[in-house]
Order: sequence, then structure tokens, then C-alpha cells
Amino acid sequence: MLYREAGDFSTTYSQDNQTFPIRFDRMGYYFALLIGAVVIPFLINDYWANSLLIPFLIYAIAAIGLNILTGYCGQVSLGTGGFMAVGAYTSYKLMTAFPGLDMISITLLSGFMTAMVGVAFGLPSLRIKGFYLAVATLAAQFFLVWMFNKVGWFYNYSASGQISAPERDFFYFINLPVTGPNAESWVKYLFCFLFVFVLSWVARNLTRGSVGRQWMAIRDMDIAAEIIGVNPLKAKLTAFAVSSFYVGVSGALLFTVYLGAVEVGEVYGITKSFLVLFMIIIGGLGSIFGSFAGAAFMVLLPVFLKLLLVDGLSFDTALSAHFQFVIVGALIMFFLIVEPHGLARLWSLAKEKLRLWPFPH
Amino acid sequence: MPDQLIFAMEVILNGLLNGVMYSLVALGFVLIFKASGIFNYAQGVMALFAAMTLVGIQQGRVPFGHLINAIFGTDIHYFGWEVPALAAILMTVLIMIAFAYLVQRFVFKHLVGQEPIILFMATIGLAYFLEGVSDLMWGSEIRNLDVGLPQGINDWIDVTTFEALGYGFFIDNLDIAAAIIAAILVMSLIAYSQYTKNGRAMRAVADDHQAALSVGISLNYVWILVWSLAGMVALVAGVMWGSKSGVQFSLSLIALKALPVLMLGGFTSIPGAIVGGLIIGVGEALFEFAIGPMIGGATENWFAYVLALVFLVFRPQGLFGEKIIERV
Repeated sequence: MLYREAGDFSTTYSQDNQTFPIRFDRMGYYFALLIGAVVIPFLINDYWANSLLIPFLIYAIAAIGLNILTGYCGQVSLGTGGFMAVGAYTSYKLMTAFPGLDMISITLLSGFMTAMVGVAFGLPSLRIKGFYLAVATLAAQFFLVWMFNKVGWFYNYSASGQISAPERDFFYFINLPVTGPNAESWVKYLFCFLFVFVLSWVARNLTRGSVGRQWMAIRDMDIAAEIIGVNPLKAKLTAFAVSSFYVGVSGALLFTVYLGAVEVGEVYGITKSFLVLFMIIIGGLGSIFGSFAGAAFMVLLPVFLKLLLVDGLSFDTALSAHFQFVIVGALIMFFLIVEPHGLARLWSLAKEKLRLWPFPH
Repeated sequence: MPDQLIFAMEVILNGLLNGVMYSLVALGFVLIFKASGIFNYAQGVMALFAAMTLVGIQQGRVPFGHLINAIFGTDIHYFGWEVPALAAILMTVLIMIAFAYLVQRFVFKHLVGQEPIILFMATIGLAYFLEGVSDLMWGSEIRNLDVGLPQGINDWIDVTTFEALGYGFFIDNLDIAAAIIAAILVMSLIAYSQYTKNGRAMRAVADDHQAALSVGISLNYVWILVWSLAGMVALVAGVMWGSKSGVQFSLSLIALKALPVLMLGGFTSIPGAIVGGLIIGVGEALFEFAIGPMIGGATENWFAYVLALVFLVFRPQGLFGEKIIERV
């Protein structure tokens, strides 16, 4: 009875075109923003921040990035981990070379750097398609990780080969540390929240604008798109650039804000690429909401399994990790068979039902 | 003959034999891809699962032992018998056939007619699932696999090359055995697909699904057949790699190495898989030998992919693949 669009009239074009045309949705969105920006920072503690909220926000950015490339533009990439590493190492080099720089600039610059690398590796996509391209992106994954492992300049010739984030401030007039051991969890949380909010707003508006329509035309059938006047060079490369920007920002945040110290093969390996790919499959290909849902699901699942199997049934952790593989694999197949559009589609189906509820027609 | 040239020859020989191993994995991919258009990412994990199962049966381990122990508080690990290698191999083959049936029945039957990329992602899910099942069934420790294949340096080659060139080549007996087995496997596969009724059905399905259906070939049956064959190829590959470096998780990563092999050779060609494997094997060994030391080594991690990437830009269908014609 709550979810109704009756009495919700649009009198201007801009009202008709808004992202949340139904008032109830819009209120829900503002409410979620309010909770996220104002309420949670006061309630947050280290456990919630480190095991759930911050990884969720960071992976949501990566999932949006990959969704732009795979879900909207149809180019499957298995190089996400490598591109995240580019973001992380760019931010490390910037942090150590320019100690005065604030974190917002560093993270944005890391994103731009990754976008450039992404475009370079996206160039073959003009000739190679489908899973040929997926395999080609593996070249990016393995080459980039190898490079960050072998070339000493990237990790400032440190003995362990690790990189660790020094303490840096939020913004040049907000002198709160975001990275390093003295950073408080609410500051880290707000920093990530800010990026997620701005980037998902940009992504949503890009994907429904002319650029997004070009991406989707390429995804649905690239030759037909070319015939009706979509420039495949421009569409594919912008998708690679924007996607890599997001992935790079996410990789930078994962290193600077969340982990603090990183060994490249461990954190940015091929498993990370698959993790993000699974997020968008489960969440929903071609949906911004789906990226959030998938990221939340994949972050929550290990925590939930640990609570259930290790603490509840007192299995050992190895066994619980094996169960995680089985469950994730089965879910991937289940979603691809039953609902290829993922959790996002289930959500919109639920909303359709809610509009009629409690009446059947 | 200069030393460098002799070293290079040894590197090339070892690269060739390594390439045979890649080809073995790639072969399983080609079989499934030709018949069903599914690009089976899980092939490497199938090799891992097959090898694990073989070791488990051979040593008389209790399947799902850890799980049973964790649930019922028991402490059982072994049945207390040991199965001879041949019987264990036969039982593993049966398990791989059962696996093929289950995969077809519960997953890919429901995905007929989907886009290739959806099928590809489903096989990634399958790979994760199978890896978890394999860990649950047999545990995730490294296991030694011994089915009686020869191991160690080949003395004859060592002595002969030492007499002829003044430097003894180091060639592993196991690699030679792998090359011979791979050759037998390929020839029997080709014979099977050319001269038997099932083989003809397989080729018909590979050619055109609808036409095959209309002359009364059961697609379901052919697909189960193909997955079983791929399972057996996976078993062979798993045994080879397992004897070489122990049965462990990294075995499933060889699947990734097989991908550039396929891209070079073309997805639809069995000879292509072999030639592609040899090119990649030699290429990465030579690159590591000649240029690796200058740029920090461990280049075999990425060389194959970059080679395939560069190659594809110039010839998108691979060496032996069918020409890709696209229509709107």
C-alpha cells in the first residue's frame, strides 16, 4: 500500500527524466544518503568499518567501473586486478614524491593514470572481440603485476618489495589524517563514502546520456551500431577510460585507506579480477544498483559464512573457505541460468509486485 | 659450436616438451568448444579435480573426510587399502563421466542458446564450484602422484649429446613420456572423430546444431560425450602435471596458460592447439633465456599472453581457426 506512483505528476521534462521518478524511491534515496553521510559516522567502530563498510564502499567503486566496461559496453575484462594495482602504485608514488599533496588529489590523479593505462590496453579491443578480448586483458593482468613486482622504482626499492601508505590528510584545508595508523575509522569511512557518492552519481548520469547509449549500442551489436553512426573507436576507448578510472580509484583506496600495506601479487592478483567480475554477475550486468548489491553480497558472504560455520558450527577456517568456493561457484551458475540480470533484476521485480500489492492485478 | 647456441638448443627442446603439456590442456578446450560453442574455463580445474581424485582413490582416502570429521566429530581419513594405478584410473574416468553428465544435466542444458560470453562466465562459476568440491572431497594439501611414469633425467640423451657436442642436455624422462602420450591421445581422438559413429555425430553437431538435430542426433548425448572426453583429456593432463610438480592448486592455473595457446592456434582446430602449445612453449623459454635476465626474470608469467595479444591484433582468428565472418 505504501509503494504507489498515484498522484505523482511530472509537469516538466526535467522532472520526467529524473533518476528516481517515483517519490517513494526518491525519498528512500535521500534517506539512505542521510543515514550514510550523517548517522553512520557517529555510530561506526573499527570492526564495522574494517570488516564491512569500507571494503563494501571500495569494491562498489570497482564493480561500477567493471560494470561500465562489461555490463554497459559488453567488453569482458579479466584485468581488473592489474588496473587496481596501477591505481595503488600511482598513489604510492605520488604520496612519497609529493608529501604535501592531499588524499583527494592523489586518488583522483591515480584514477587518471589508470585511465591512460586502461586506454592503452583497450586499443586491441578494436580488433579483438568477446572472450578473445577477455584473454587479451589477462595479458594486462599478468604483465602489470609482474612489472610492479620486478621494477624497483615502483616500490621505492624497499627491501620487502611491499608498499605502505604514509600518513596523509583528507584535503588541503581539512587536516584529518585519512591514511596511516592514526587515521580514525569515521574519517576513512567518510572519505570512501564521498568518492562512492560522487562516482556513482557520475556513472548513473553517464550511462543514461549519449555516451552510455553508444556503449549499449556497441554491446548489443557492434556492427549494427557502427552502421547507424556510433564510432566504435570512441565508444570502446571511452568505456575503457572511464572504467579504468573507477577501477584505479578503487585500487588506490584499497591500498591507501583500507589495507595500508600491500604486496602486489597477493592483493591485486587474478583472484581480485574474478572477485569483481562475480560482483557484477551476481549484482546485475548493466546496472549501477546491481554493482552495489553485488559488492555488498560478496563482502558479506565470507563474514556470514565465518559466523555460521566457524563460530556457529565450529568448523575450521579452511573448511569454511572451501565452502565459500562451492557456494560462490554455484551462485554464479544459478544466477546465469535463472536470472542473468542478477540481484538488480530481482529488486525491480519486487518493486513491480509492490506497486500492485495487495491486489493480484 | 658456440656455447650459447648449444644452451639455446637445450632451451628450445625443453620449451617444446613444455609446450606439449600446454597443448594437452588446450586440447580439452578445443573438444568442448567445437561441439558446443562453450569456452570451458573450468578445464584446468577439471585437470586438478581428476588428478586429486586419482590420488585420493589410489591412497584409499575417504572422500569428504574433513567434512565428515567436522560434522560428526570422528577422526577417519583412510579406508586402509591401496588401489592399483590402473583400477584407480578407470574409477576416475567413471567419475569424470558422471561429472560430465551432471554438468550437462544441471547447468548447460539450461543455458542452450545463450550468448557465448554468458556461457564463458558460467564456466568460471563451474571452475570455482569444482575447486571447492575438490577441496572438500580430498583436502587442499599438495599430493604426490605416482602412476609408474618414468622420472628424472634421461641418461641416453645426456650421454649422446655429451659425446657429440661436449655438453650433456638435461631432458626429463617425464616430458618425453608426456610427448609420446600426447601424440597417442591426439591420434586416437582424431581417429575417434573420423571413423566412429559417435565421432561423426560429434562433428555434425560441431558443424550445425539445427541440422544435426533434424537428422536425429541427440544434442544432449553428444554434449555429455564431449564433456566426458574433455574430462579424460583433463585426467591425462592432470596426471602429467601432477607427476611433474605434485597435485596442487597451481595446477588449475595451467588452464590460464592454455588460453593464449588456443588464441594462437585458433579455437576450433586440434592441430592448432598442438602447434600453438609448441610455439608458446618455445617462445616463452627462449624469451626467458635471452631477454629475461635483462629485465628481472620470471617473464613466463606474462609472455604467453602478450605474444597472443600481439598476434591476435594481426590475425584475429588464430593460425588455424576458421575465418570470422560477421553479419548484422
